[in-house]
Amino acid sequence: MISLSDAKEKWAGSISALTIGATAEGGGTRTSTVTVGGENSLPFMHYEGQTPHRPVIAMEVWDRQPDEWADPLMAALGDAVLSPADWARRCVEEWGADMILLKLMGTHPDLGGRTPDEAAGTVRDVLGAVGVPLIIWGSENDEKDNEVMPRCAQAAAGERCLMGIATEGNYKTLVAACQADGHCLINQSPIDINIAKQVNILVSEMGFPLDRVVMYETTGALGYGMEYVYSIQERSRVAALGGDKMMSLPIICMVGQEAWRVKEAKASAEEQPTWGNAQTRGVLWELATASALLQAGSDILVVRHPATAQALKRVISSLVA
Amino acid sequence: MFVIGERINGQFTDIGDAIAAKDPKPVQDMALRQLAAGSVALDINVGTRVPKEARGDVMEWLVKSVREVTDAPLAIDSPSLDTMRRGVALAARGGKTVINSTTAQEDKLGGFMALAKEFSAGIICLAIDENGVASTADAKTELGMRALAAAMEADVPIEDVYLDPIILPLNCDQKAPEIAMQTISQFRLLSDPAPHVVVGLSNVGQGSRERSLINRTFLAMAIASGLDASIHDPLDEELMNVVFTAELLMNKSIYSDSYLTASRPGR
Repeated sequence: MISLSDAKEKWAGSISALTIGATAEGGGTRTSTVTVGGENSLPFMHYEGQTPHRPVIAMEVWDRQPDEWADPLMAALGDAVLSPADWARRCVEEWGADMILLKLMGTHPDLGGRTPDEAAGTVRDVLGAVGVPLIIWGSENDEKDNEVMPRCAQAAAGERCLMGIATEGNYKTLVAACQADGHCLINQSPIDINIAKQVNILVSEMGFPLDRVVMYETTGALGYGMEYVYSIQERSRVAALGGDKMMSLPIICMVGQEAWRVKEAKASAEEQPTWGNAQTRGVLWELATASALLQAGSDILVVRHPATAQALKRVISSLVA
Repeated sequence: MFVIGERINGQFTDIGDAIAAKDPKPVQDMALRQLAAGSVALDINVGTRVPKEARGDVMEWLVKSVREVTDAPLAIDSPSLDTMRRGVALAARGGKTVINSTTAQEDKLGGFMALAKEFSAGIICLAIDENGVASTADAKTELGMRALAAAMEADVPIEDVYLDPIILPLNCDQKAPEIAMQTISQFRLLSDPAPHVVVGLSNVGQGSRERSLINRTFLAMAIASGLDASIHDPLDEELMNVVFTAELLMNKSIYSDSYLTASRPGR
């Protein structure tokens, strides 16, 4: 009887590991840190590689009350949305978030135009409210972010936060801020693997260490571009495992932001009576998107709904077991 | 691409002088410069200025000097099995080695394959036998098959086998480059996984006025035919640019606008 040759892949490369958050030992005030990355084969192929650090869940907190979020989501969050510090606290203590992503939408010129100092104040409030590591995400208005993010980086100096986003057209200010205050960086690309690599090269050319960088290749919800994103993330992983150091970075996905925009998540039972339970539809949409992207190779999943966070935790546990 | 830098060769004045003066620094500098330019491995060749009886010692000296600064794979370049053994044994202590090279003559193949097995070394096999350089694609391919069979018999894994179709200078034989390209493609069909295919690139432009242009054009064409390894001068920037660009065109790596910057490990 002929013996079959092993089907296991032998990869030359691996994803670099990155630690977010700093405890007192490291010069910060976090009570826990989060380490992501380190995989040396495609997701969850336990028979051929290791997942030394399981994918983690961050919950999204805004510095202003969201005014267009779906009803079921607002109902689940309740009063939390009135105070970023309370919101963050509940995410960690009640809903099990591994990290908080503070999105400074309130600083956007069209959404209130909060000042850099006000934003820095919110950063300090959230750092004071929770012990988990913090992701700080700007309003994505380049001009404003270039004023706000350096101030927030200073306010959080020593905490080794993850700060976003650096894009091909606007990266120097954020890179300098992260360099100066010891933070990690999120590089964004618009569902384009070539631009993803390019941004990594540009940032690296500034002398910023790649092992402090996470990639955000943009996220598409189920039914709204998820497969395209999936294929890009998967190609990035394959390149990394093949030895491409410029692609060997952990990946973050903005699942909640994308899933809760879609009509399948937002439509009421009256608007769409055949679409099933309006309370769970959005959660399922968010969970399905997250679960699929885990298979493509995702290290940080950012979700909005408490039930998604809890269910996703179980999904991840079953995949890494 | 598995680029083997060819500059550590006693034929070159700087290395030849360093060997004569027993000065390791020029050798070590050249090793690091080649790696920074994108070489994956380094060829180590004593050259013919050194008298025959001293070549074993000089090989060991070169290997020792280079191993002091890098654990990159070293290709030990010598026609003598004895010098080869001494170089490989020493180089293998600090990293991977490649035997450069053996012909397909039955009496040589066995000995060199055994050496490869003993030190888990890669081995370059030339399309040359007792009749000389095989001249047609079919004849070259047959010698490639012979080399593969010898590897299998000696339990040398296919990932360690590098077949060389032998490329002659363009100004000697203009039919040769196309034959080499056909051979490269055929070599890659000999097994699954395929053996590696390598050429000593500098040969094709040797003696020609436009040798750099000829070399890098042939390299692009050879890569398209399936070449995945090459012995050449990595300090030739235009040549290395062709390597990186050809790999993109073959979808072997991901494109980005600044791909040339990212391709060079050193600055």
